Amino acid sequence: MAKSKLFTMNEDRSLYPELDVNGKPIVDLTSHKYVKIWQGPQHPGVTGNMSLELTISGDEIVESKTHVGYLHRAFEKLLERRLFVQCMPTSIRLCVAEPDTNEYVISNAIEELGNIEVPEMAQWLRMLSLEMARLQVLLRQVPGQAGTFALGLGYQWGSYIRDLILDSFEELTGGRVYHMYIIPGGVRGLLPDGFKARLLEKLKLIDEFIPKIDKLIFNNVVFESRARGLAYIPKEWVDEYGIYGPASRGSGVSRDVRKTNPYLKYDQLDFEPFVTTEGDVYARTEVRRADLIMTVDLIRQILDKMPEKGDIKAETPNVLHWKIPKGETYSKCESSRGEYGMYFVTDGSAMPRRVNLKGPSYTHANALLDKLLINANIADTAAIMVSLATCPPEIER
Amino acid sequence: MDLKKLLTPFTAWGNITKDPVTIKDPFNERPGADRYRGFHKNDIDQCIGCGTCEVICENEAIDLVPVSDSKDGDSGLRPMIDYGRCCWCALCVDICTTNSLSLSNEYTWVSTDPEDFRFVPGVDKKDWDNNEKGWKKPDNYEFYSLKRVHMDELSPEERSDSFIEMMKGYSKEQAQQEADRCVQCGICTATCPAHMGIPEYIKAIRNDDLEEGLRILYDTNPLPEICGRICTHKCETVCSMGHKGDPISIRWLKRYIADQNPSEKYKEILEVENLQPKGKKVAIIGSGPSGLSAAHYLALMGYEVKIFEKLEAAGGMMRYGIPEYRLPYDQIDKDIDYILSLGVEIQYNVTIGKDITLDQLGKDYDAVFSGTGLHLGRSTGIPGSDNKHVYASPDLLRWIVEGKEFEVPESVVVIGGGNVAMDITRSMARLQMVKYGKVQVIATALETEENLPADLEEVVEGREEACIINAGWAPVEIEIKDGVPTGLHVVKCNSLFDSEGRFNPQTDPNVKEFWPGTMIIESIGQGMDLSYISEEFKTKLEFGPRGRVQTDEYFQTGVEWFFMGGDIIEGPDVIHGIANGHKAAVGIDIMLNPEKN
Ligand code: SF4
Ligand code: SF4
Ligand code: SF4
Repeated sequence: MAKSKLFTMNEDRSLYPELDVNGKPIVDLTSHKYVKIWQGPQHPGVTGNMSLELTISGDEIVESKTHVGYLHRAFEKLLERRLFVQCMPTSIRLCVAEPDTNEYVISNAIEELGNIEVPEMAQWLRMLSLEMARLQVLLRQVPGQAGTFALGLGYQWGSYIRDLILDSFEELTGGRVYHMYIIPGGVRGLLPDGFKARLLEKLKLIDEFIPKIDKLIFNNVVFESRARGLAYIPKEWVDEYGIYGPASRGSGVSRDVRKTNPYLKYDQLDFEPFVTTEGDVYARTEVRRADLIMTVDLIRQILDKMPEKGDIKAETPNVLHWKIPKGETYSKCESSRGEYGMYFVTDGSAMPRRVNLKGPSYTHANALLDKLLINANIADTAAIMVSLATCPPEIER
Repeated sequence: MDLKKLLTPFTAWGNITKDPVTIKDPFNERPGADRYRGFHKNDIDQCIGCGTCEVICENEAIDLVPVSDSKDGDSGLRPMIDYGRCCWCALCVDICTTNSLSLSNEYTWVSTDPEDFRFVPGVDKKDWDNNEKGWKKPDNYEFYSLKRVHMDELSPEERSDSFIEMMKGYSKEQAQQEADRCVQCGICTATCPAHMGIPEYIKAIRNDDLEEGLRILYDTNPLPEICGRICTHKCETVCSMGHKGDPISIRWLKRYIADQNPSEKYKEILEVENLQPKGKKVAIIGSGPSGLSAAHYLALMGYEVKIFEKLEAAGGMMRYGIPEYRLPYDQIDKDIDYILSLGVEIQYNVTIGKDITLDQLGKDYDAVFSGTGLHLGRSTGIPGSDNKHVYASPDLLRWIVEGKEFEVPESVVVIGGGNVAMDITRSMARLQMVKYGKVQVIATALETEENLPADLEEVVEGREEACIINAGWAPVEIEIKDGVPTGLHVVKCNSLFDSEGRFNPQTDPNVKEFWPGTMIIESIGQGMDLSYISEEFKTKLEFGPRGRVQTDEYFQTGVEWFFMGGDIIEGPDVIHGIANGHKAAVGIDIMLNPEKN
């Protein structure tokens, strides 16, 4: 097994630029030793419209700077001009890959400040939709990590099953990508007839999918030799940088809001998030593989334990005039990328006073990525980035 | 190098023999799921054009546009959707007040003309109009409360022997909760004869700005305490909220605003301190709703107004025709005293046509408005109806108000099923309860139970007070013994109108009943008394159907200075009178100030 590679100042740096007093490389482009290239904002290896300004020496990256702003649509500001219920269609666009977490955190904030008790049934259904959302993300992300090393086959297999999960979303919520299912007060529908059986049937496909990707990816000498030791995150960095989710669990720190601050009905489910200490791209992929298996298990538990019937929505004031007293809250949940939260302020009017989204991508894609890319081979840029699962729309709210 | 790990990935080649899983679109049709949020559909007969869908749409994808067909309680508009903006969130479907709007599960639509994608669902016919599947508002899921906030009332025991007001009024919490249900569509405003700013004053309640609420009320209605209690609330019959749940309690909310504002502050709140006199005089005959309304708006415009009232107190039918348990006198006084405080003069006990002629009024004043109302009781004309113990309801109701002594018998029969019949039935029941400790009043109506003209609550409450209300019987004869009635013979009445819709009751003489009663009260409608208008004067007026004088839109008659309104022209009800009086005031102002136009 290859040793994890940690960038240290002690290495021979004769090829590299000198560092200034702040530890920043002094790059003289006229020296012909360095080239600046841009990866993104339309690079297929970039997880969305984001751009990396890379300074390379040979094929090694000596400096990286993340540039965002290509996707900025002022969502947080727009939400200040929306009635609470009108925030929903906008909020789901804050993170396209996993819109349900937005639906949840914003509804939860509104309910908390507006003093609304969500019915039991709706809580189970919310949990189901959140886990289904995680599932469809991981079905692409786990094999997608191999895709960044040009092994696209697993990604195709995962996409197929993901499409079937999106079919289930379509049945449950009426939408494939933007579900608009969780709404302040509850959810927008019970399980359709036969939904449970159909979903359970699809989960079996994932049981078969795991050994297949194990063979294809995790028992693959190419994947292993490229991913092991790559972009190592030492355990201390987890707190230093504010690293969440699989990225923190890959470095030996167990962080999962579902465990630390159980919300909805997570305290009634039996699960233990996977933790490993290797800290590299391989470890993070392993964590996500374990998450995928755990998500399937959680969905089975939810379908088994949830009540058959019940109210789907609490009575709220008329949504057209719903004013929420002055207050503030931080509402969070565990997304596939880690803790996903929203700071929400109300001022007694019918619209939010301030909304501030806090997702893991902000730190992961800026401070952390800048650091991890130094010394990396340019061919590994996409792999490193994907291993952090950054979501640019979430950065550019 | 681990050889196994070099070879294992190649097991994926095993897939070569498997079938592909992709769907060959567009060659294989793939229908959307049953709940899919596809293209819009609108059941155009159900939709009332309330515009609530337009308000909720955060993308501003909806515009309400006029359509040719519309019905009662309908704005005549329908939502047009712009698919350049829509995000298919279906909030519009969820909030739709009539459940007319839905989404089909259709999701492909090809057109070369971008304009096509702005369309009026239901009006612009689409292939998916009959598609049953797609998104509908989920069950047990609402964006507002469908249930009306109940107003506390006296129990039947508490009220059966008293004329104390039955409905207790809303508390602030109750009023705000009820006001919260309104979607502010304004469908009610169009139906209200006075076109009151209903959504606006309901909003004022939500904002707890009751002074603003009062100002809005007085823009169109100077009798809010009265209307807030006894208005026929046509607005509520069309209220958007009534399609899926209970209509908003518009009438009670109006009462709440008026109740909460003390009369001493009215002038300050309504900003009427310095009225500029115009130097012109207007006479008003009758102090009923139309006369008072005209007087109010004329006084605000600076006219010198004098009301001539035949009876001892002002208010007309509102005071003399509506029992105190529905409309307490102090509330009538609150509204009227405020109007009088604007400088309106009133002379009581003066009968036009007797004490002073109409022509004389016309000479003394720049304009005259007459709102003399319907005070004559109608008779069935059946055998026995000419007996002196057979009464007309307006007379009895007036006597009760005036405190006139009359014999309250142990058993009473009321002929009639309208609100006035219920008023006299329930009033007699109270008087009997006081005198005998028990009730025996039978009201008998031609109409069947479902078609009773009285408000349902009147019937229900009357029955709670032990009144017997028998629907579907036609009176045939009042039996008289020794000069006193003993009761009423009735036969079953099966239908009221013939196939052409003409009034033609069909009775079955074989099914008969006898309702005992030593007092019979006829309450089958009221007529007008125009005897104050001389025959010569009448020749200058034009008469239309049912003996009503024809007026123009400002209630001006054929005689330029003579305006008429209220029950003798329209209605009968208070709110039409108020609306007529207001319009006539505007008409009089136009007539007296031709230079302004
Ligand atoms: S909310 Fe419903 S009833 Fe009102 S205009 Fe829209 S479609 Fe018509
Ligand atoms: S579906 Fe949503 S975006 Fe489209 S018209 Fe309705 S409310 Fe507007
Ligand atoms: S009272 Fe009813 S009809 Fe009037 S604005 Fe409110 S909801 Fe619409």
